[in-house]
Amino acid sequence: MVNLKTRQIMLVVLAALFPGMIALSYFYGIEYWLNFAFAIVIGGCVEALCLKLQKRPLTPALTDASTPVTCLLLCCALPPGTGLWIIAIGVTVAVGLAKHLYGGLGNNLFNPAMVGYAVVLVSFPKQLALWPIPLDGTTAATALTSFKYRLGATVDEIWVIDQGFGSFGGYGWEWINLCFLIGGVLLVALRIAQWRVPAAMLVSLAILALIGYDNGSSGSLGSPMFHLFTGSTMVVALFIATDPVTHPVTHRGQLLFGCLVGCLTFAIRVYGNYPDGAAFAILLANSATPYLDKRLVPARG
Amino acid sequence: MTDLALILIGSLLVNNFVLAQFLGLCPFMGVTRDYDAALAMGFATAFVLTLSASLSHLAYHGLLVPLGLTYLNIIVFIVIIASAVQLTELFLRSVSPLLHTALGIYLPLITTNCAVLGVALTSLGQSLSFLETVVFSIGAAVGFTLVLVLFAALRERLEGASVPQSFRGAPITLVSAGIMSLAFMGFAGFAD
Repeated sequence: MVNLKTRQIMLVVLAALFPGMIALSYFYGIEYWLNFAFAIVIGGCVEALCLKLQKRPLTPALTDASTPVTCLLLCCALPPGTGLWIIAIGVTVAVGLAKHLYGGLGNNLFNPAMVGYAVVLVSFPKQLALWPIPLDGTTAATALTSFKYRLGATVDEIWVIDQGFGSFGGYGWEWINLCFLIGGVLLVALRIAQWRVPAAMLVSLAILALIGYDNGSSGSLGSPMFHLFTGSTMVVALFIATDPVTHPVTHRGQLLFGCLVGCLTFAIRVYGNYPDGAAFAILLANSATPYLDKRLVPARG
Repeated sequence: MTDLALILIGSLLVNNFVLAQFLGLCPFMGVTRDYDAALAMGFATAFVLTLSASLSHLAYHGLLVPLGLTYLNIIVFIVIIASAVQLTELFLRSVSPLLHTALGIYLPLITTNCAVLGVALTSLGQSLSFLETVVFSIGAAVGFTLVLVLFAALRERLEGASVPQSFRGAPITLVSAGIMSLAFMGFAGFAD
């Protein structure tokens, strides 16, 4: 009974991911679907192996469609040309370590997809930094990376130097983020994801970007629109931060959690070594979730 | 001012003594089984850590350097740490005997907490001024307490998870600590 419900929810999440995936493959090539398919197959194998080792029945866990969601979210964070072996490592860590070591769906403390992504990011930073120029074929840094290592160029100059950056989020990325936003709004409208975490995250990210924005000088940190519609902002806000197991249960806790993710994402993008900080922001906020739950329960949010 | 802020963030988050430099792992694993004990232990260690690092700095530059006895630094620092721990223990025993009993052996063991000596030696190695040493040790102390408290809450949640038999207890705790450490890698570059 419960399982059927999980399965329905996960199928809706899969459907909501579709617009974003289509946008990704439109800009970065149809071979993105090979990554998706490969990740799902490996994820299924790892899950089956974990269940088998624990002598647990295969069917309920394998058919609840939660592993494909994890695998797809992980793949969306990886560039299309990522070696299949990197994807395999990421998926194995996500499903085997972050999910099944904790006892499977509903028991994990950290978002599995983000654990998998963080592990491959710190292990293979070079391979994961290269995104192809959309509809082109050669590889280049993403808008976020260009912002970080621009050697004193102003925002307008970056936009001129890196042809085809689009108008505000980096070419392609604004559409990809918009598509994820559409899917995410659907989830929120269907009450599968609650609105507090993504709202708090996006608002705090936008406010910080607004404070840091100085109309595009060489020291500019990027406009609020840039931060909202570039990199992994929307997919993290609406699909990953909203993972009901790893965010707090109280309303106040969820608002705080969202703010924490937004602030940390901005801080890591601007001050950290990694161009996009959303994955680390999620893991850090996940570490704080039990504490937030513990401290905020008597207050009844 | 910016320098001090960078030193604070550096020792608090980027080079967090537990999750980035892997010092003080014994209390991190030992007392986080219970949330209240972890909180108390965090504050006690934070106090000892700040006090002993500051005093060590004074002793090193005021006593050991003029006398040409800098090779005695580790012994002197350990004496200072042990005295600071004694002070904390006396204080806790008179103020809250209950807490004193709850912390038990872990309280005197602060003396052997490598993070405490580590902070004193690291701040020495970076040739910080007195004010900088104080800020550095406050950052380290807050970072230690923060991580201890977050991890204690996390372990409480772990109790309720249906972790596979072979991973219950220490293994899953270490895996969680590893993932938390991975998360803290996101702070890399903040203090450059």
